Amino acid sequence: MCDTCGCNVTHANQHLLLGDGHLAHTSNGSASIEVLKGLLDANDHQAEHNRQHFAEHNVLAVNLMSSPGAGKTALLEATIDALRESYRIAVIVGDLETDNDARRLRQHGASAIQISTGNACHLDAHMVHMALHDLDLHALDIVFIENVGNLVCPASFDLGQHRNVTLLSSPEGDDKPQKYPVMFREADLLLLTKSDLTPLLGDFVPQRAEQCLRELANDAPVIELSSRSGAGMNEWIRWLEQSLQLERAKIRDDTVMHKGVGGHGGAHGRGRGRGHSHG
Amino acid sequence: MHELSICQAIIAQVQAIATARQATAVSDIHLRIGPLSGVETLLLRNAFPFAAAGTVAAGAALHVSDMPVRIRCSQCGGETTVPANRLLCGLCASWKTEIVGGDELLLERVEMQCADPLHRGGSVNV
Repeated sequence: MCDTCGCNVTHANQHLLLGDGHLAHTSNGSASIEVLKGLLDANDHQAEHNRQHFAEHNVLAVNLMSSPGAGKTALLEATIDALRESYRIAVIVGDLETDNDARRLRQHGASAIQISTGNACHLDAHMVHMALHDLDLHALDIVFIENVGNLVCPASFDLGQHRNVTLLSSPEGDDKPQKYPVMFREADLLLLTKSDLTPLLGDFVPQRAEQCLRELANDAPVIELSSRSGAGMNEWIRWLEQSLQLERAKIRDDTVMHKGVGGHGGAHGRGRGRGHSHG
Repeated sequence: MHELSICQAIIAQVQAIATARQATAVSDIHLRIGPLSGVETLLLRNAFPFAAAGTVAAGAALHVSDMPVRIRCSQCGGETTVPANRLLCGLCASWKTEIVGGDELLLERVEMQCADPLHRGGSVNV
């Protein structure tokens, strides 16, 4: 989309298009052009558009990431049951082949949009944007994005979410943040799931998982919970409600700030570091 | 892995630049990649020829600068180089640090042959 509409040309980068400042010529007459552009700019740009859509409709978007089988769908089932009376919820589900998860979630009364990713190992902002066309954002408070089960690739793709929630189930082992730093560094909340199994396993130490997270310079809260027994669910629900209130307050502030100056309201994304030159 | 799709993004950006500059061929593509971007440079190098085949960048040399992970400590103010999975200050061991380098995923520079080497017209989608 950026390559056709030109909307990615900003005050910050238009000098690269217009002037000669970054264009040099080598001795053999070939041109050398300094670009310094993020390789995922097209995705990040779409992600900002998505974030703006969510903001315009006062919707909180939460991206759930974990390895396969960590309990994302079970958590969502329990969450929908707990919030159904108070909030309007939809789920965008990324799944390689089946629509099993989407069908499970619909049975709990939430709208669920299935994105079959085929062999793709992650969702990207364009896929989420397409799914948004099938959702009535006016009639929603929270959209969960259930990413493809994978601790590697989803971490690199901003979807336009407001919060990243990473699940780590007790059978996986407590040192996962150390092994997958890119993923766990992005977490705004770490959920230690299947806590009902922790006593049976004996070798999963929640404090060790938290320590590994801190060693990634991440001060995100850590909640132990079990979707099956319900332990810890209240704390998770409180975190969600607080996040919704905080985002809505931000959206209100942004709208007030941008009123009268012709700017876009809303977009206040958690920009990722990449794409900037740090040197 | 998504290294192939990253390569396709590189090619798309390079093609846009080459078209705007009326380049006949792209000879060199320079990238800056840090380990916290999640991209493996070896896989990227392997995937690149497949994405470049049949484009103006076919045969271009891919140069990747592997960037170190650098953090700044908010406790002692020190700046140190650290491993990607241990972002603790190298001086005082605090975890209250921020990344100042190592998450780059940047197209840094493109070198190309232009039919008219002084051509500066058109626009480049960057």
